[in-house]
Amino acid sequence: MSALVIAAHGSHLNPESSRPAHEHARRIRATGAFDTVQTAFWKEEPHFREALRTVPSDEVYLVPLFISEGYFTEQVIPREFRLEGWTGWDSNGTSAVTATLSAEDTGQTVHYCGPVGTHDAMSDVIVRRAESVTGDPDVGDGVGLAVVGHGTERNENSAKAVTYHADRIRARGRFDEVQALFMDEEPEVDDVTDYFTSTDVVVVPLFIADGYHTQEDIPEDMGLTEDYREGWETPATVEGHRIWYAGAVGTEPLLAEVVAERAADAGATVGDSLDRLRAGDAPVRSA
Amino acid sequence: MDREPVEALREAAAAGVEYDGLSASLDGETLQVAVEDSTTTVDDRRLDDLPEPFVPYVRNWVYWHETAPQRPAFRAFLRWLERANDGEPSAVPERYDALETGVTRTWGQLLLTARLSEGGRRRYELRHVDDRDVPAGDLQVHGGPNDAETIARHDDRDRYRPLKTAPTLRSGWLFPDLGPDEVLSVVSEFYPATIENWFREREGTLDVTHYREAAERQTGRYRSVSELPSEALEWAADACCVDSQCLKRREWDETADEPLDVPRGDGPFPCREPCSLFVAAAKEWTSLEDEATRTYEIELTPSERDQLEAIVDAVADGRVDEIREADLGDGANRYRARYLRAKRFGDVESPAFQETDRTHGSEEDTSD
Repeated sequence: MSALVIAAHGSHLNPESSRPAHEHARRIRATGAFDTVQTAFWKEEPHFREALRTVPSDEVYLVPLFISEGYFTEQVIPREFRLEGWTGWDSNGTSAVTATLSAEDTGQTVHYCGPVGTHDAMSDVIVRRAESVTGDPDVGDGVGLAVVGHGTERNENSAKAVTYHADRIRARGRFDEVQALFMDEEPEVDDVTDYFTSTDVVVVPLFIADGYHTQEDIPEDMGLTEDYREGWETPATVEGHRIWYAGAVGTEPLLAEVVAERAADAGATVGDSLDRLRAGDAPVRSA
Repeated sequence: MDREPVEALREAAAAGVEYDGLSASLDGETLQVAVEDSTTTVDDRRLDDLPEPFVPYVRNWVYWHETAPQRPAFRAFLRWLERANDGEPSAVPERYDALETGVTRTWGQLLLTARLSEGGRRRYELRHVDDRDVPAGDLQVHGGPNDAETIARHDDRDRYRPLKTAPTLRSGWLFPDLGPDEVLSVVSEFYPATIENWFREREGTLDVTHYREAAERQTGRYRSVSELPSEALEWAADACCVDSQCLKRREWDETADEPLDVPRGDGPFPCREPCSLFVAAAKEWTSLEDEATRTYEIELTPSERDQLEAIVDAVADGRVDEIREADLGDGANRYRARYLRAKRFGDVESPAFQETDRTHGSEEDTSD
């Protein structure tokens, strides 16, 4: 069997940043699909530089818990994991699947997968989040869905991933309206109500972890609350619309299935674990 | 896993066994077993039929070859835990006597105890080093690596711990009964990659990356850290890397040929390159070191001057919360600091520090 390494950003300041990585790792560990499931971080430990040596397998599936292709997935992770001969995925910005490389320090074979955020199954996670935040497993009819991303400030692929999933979900016809919104470019999340005619609008931020953007910026920018510290109602009424907003989509348990699917797309044998993760029969929440 | 020990030993004896004072070989179908000065032959016998002195040796071999994880770093760590050092004659009976009561080792702030259990297996107990003498009943009992991750996340004042090897692990918990795989998972959760790097160091294969090389590789917002002056690097290591701040033993220097003077630390596990927290701190200091010095004048009594030093010391030593509310004899006491602020730093119109000399060193000529 082989090992799965989940590479995430982590934080020196925010303990919530690494929580999704730990929780998804536990969910996948519980399926027994891999010999080892290890987390690795840019800002926490084990660091990207030292994660591979903690993994006994010769064959490793490395899945970035990042939203988009860009600086971290294309420069930082390959460099810090010492992936020899990395030249890129040959991707259009959302189409990376895998590249097979060798780790310079450990000699392991590393199947370096595309980020979770651009996988097709991420569309399902966004929809699942809409279901869980409204408490309605059939949510869609008469409802608008906003997928919110950072925008292009640092990385043009960041916006591509948001638009990609918004387009895919719109094409399914489940929601009355689907709109991609951004924090730092038009169409802006601040004006969320301008972009929807539906009274009910579900807003799903395409972020991995909860932090400043998802818990402070976006709720205040949308007018859910004057002060994030005071919290907000779900749904909150803004200019005649009912806004259903929960945190980062990366905390949705179904994301674990996308992580495993990334590895499976790169050749990992994962048995029935995808079904089990989809069914959510491995609930894990740390204190 | 649970094969009859003699059967497992017979299988291995075909290639010859030499382990912890136990020798085993095959002479035709006959298994020959030797420990210390005694030799015996075994035909179809089971472990129970062996003469008593042979039994712990065989059980010991079985534990290390059939039960314990075979991964070299993990096996070496578990053997280190019970002070069974590879390559030295290891007296199994004495070790077993010690394991009956428990063999204890310290790993950072972890106190690990190995004990003998049924059939020569080992069980492991893990607690905070400060809880060495606390009765087990007074500690909160935990079972596995997920619990360790939760414990390690916040310190005893519930502040987030960004550095797992900072000496701020909270106490009051106990993992009373872990198997070999579990204890390794739990230790790896508290102190990720420390076992692997410790093992590499023992084997002489630790891949140290010194500061200049690590800085050179940084990109984006950390690109600037390669410009940190050598003198500032010393101060930075003194600020971040000494034992009072991090339990890893610093093995990296400025370069392989330019060692830092700051003490490396005494811990068992090495630090093989500047960590992400150090790099983030170095970014701040690189930027701060860009500023030129200026000369300021401030009017203080000698006690006030001493008090400023006391405040810097108290903050740098993390002592602020220990200073008692009414301990007005301590310069870093809150009332003392507030008094000083009211007296010297309270007037925005007239700042306490007056700049006297903007281009220090060349002013003297022009001031006449």
